Amino acid sequence: MNLTGWAVASLAVGTYLVRLSGLLLRRRLRIPDGVRRYLDLGATALLIALVATAALVQGEGFAGWARPIGVALGAVAAWRRLPLLVVVLVAAAGTAGLRLAGVP
Amino acid sequence: MIVVGGSFGALAASAHVPLLLTVAMSVFVFAGGSQFLAVAVIASGGAPLAAVLGGLLLNLRHLPFGLAVGDLVGRSWPARLLGTHLMVDEVVAFARSRPDPARARRGYWLVGALMFLGWNLGTVLGALSGAAVPDPARFGVDAAFPAALLALLLPALRRADAARVALLGAALALVATRWLPAGLPVLLALVGLVAAGRAPKGELVR
Repeated sequence: MNLTGWAVASLAVGTYLVRLSGLLLRRRLRIPDGVRRYLDLGATALLIALVATAALVQGEGFAGWARPIGVALGAVAAWRRLPLLVVVLVAAAGTAGLRLAGVP
Repeated sequence: MIVVGGSFGALAASAHVPLLLTVAMSVFVFAGGSQFLAVAVIASGGAPLAAVLGGLLLNLRHLPFGLAVGDLVGRSWPARLLGTHLMVDEVVAFARSRPDPARARRGYWLVGALMFLGWNLGTVLGALSGAAVPDPARFGVDAAFPAALLALLLPALRRADAARVALLGAALALVATRWLPAGLPVLLALVGLVAAGRAPKGELVR
């Protein structure tokens, strides 16, 4: 099997329509403040869930310790209000160092 | 972003995806996770239909993103149509981390444009150099993405209701990864909204 132009086009169009529909719905509806709060909270929850799964899960199993420890080091840097670039470098360096030391 | 784009290009090259198709994917789909998933499905012998459905499932989270950042993108049709395409995780998180709407709007477009350029430049470089690209895991690149997102979200998490919702949502998503296909566990995080409770007292809802 190989990836066809049709498959790529369907994925592109489908993804675009998903993105556009949320944006247009926002325009169409008069959203009351209470619902707006839920939208904000929902977006935060989705992104944090993305962080959690990206930090801990690989495929269907545990990603190994090196990655979540690196992310945790980055989180400490972020909590200390260090710049974003430092956060990213601390996380990547922590994980790379652990892997170099043989931690999976 | 260039590095992750590079590893996508290299993966696609090693899965024998033609260069033109690889680049077209990064330009027109522009959603990293779904692109990796689609190529991985094809590389492991799956059908193109499965690759498309898996990728779309993974991208369903962009619908609530659109609802949340709808006001930031702009009012004119060209702005909406173009801004829609830049709606990736990092851009949503960055824009929402700016409290003032004008700066949030600038951030959305600036970070969106940078991400788009970096991702596509990386894809081309990676696809051209193929297997010569070293494994990005050696450099801890896989830890950089969640750490950056977390840093952007930290200000929002200082609100007690947001912290409750996010914690419950993330826990549900993590548990669900054992049973649900990629994409659905993250959507399950919306169930965390049951922990929202009432708006914090004296808090002006944006």
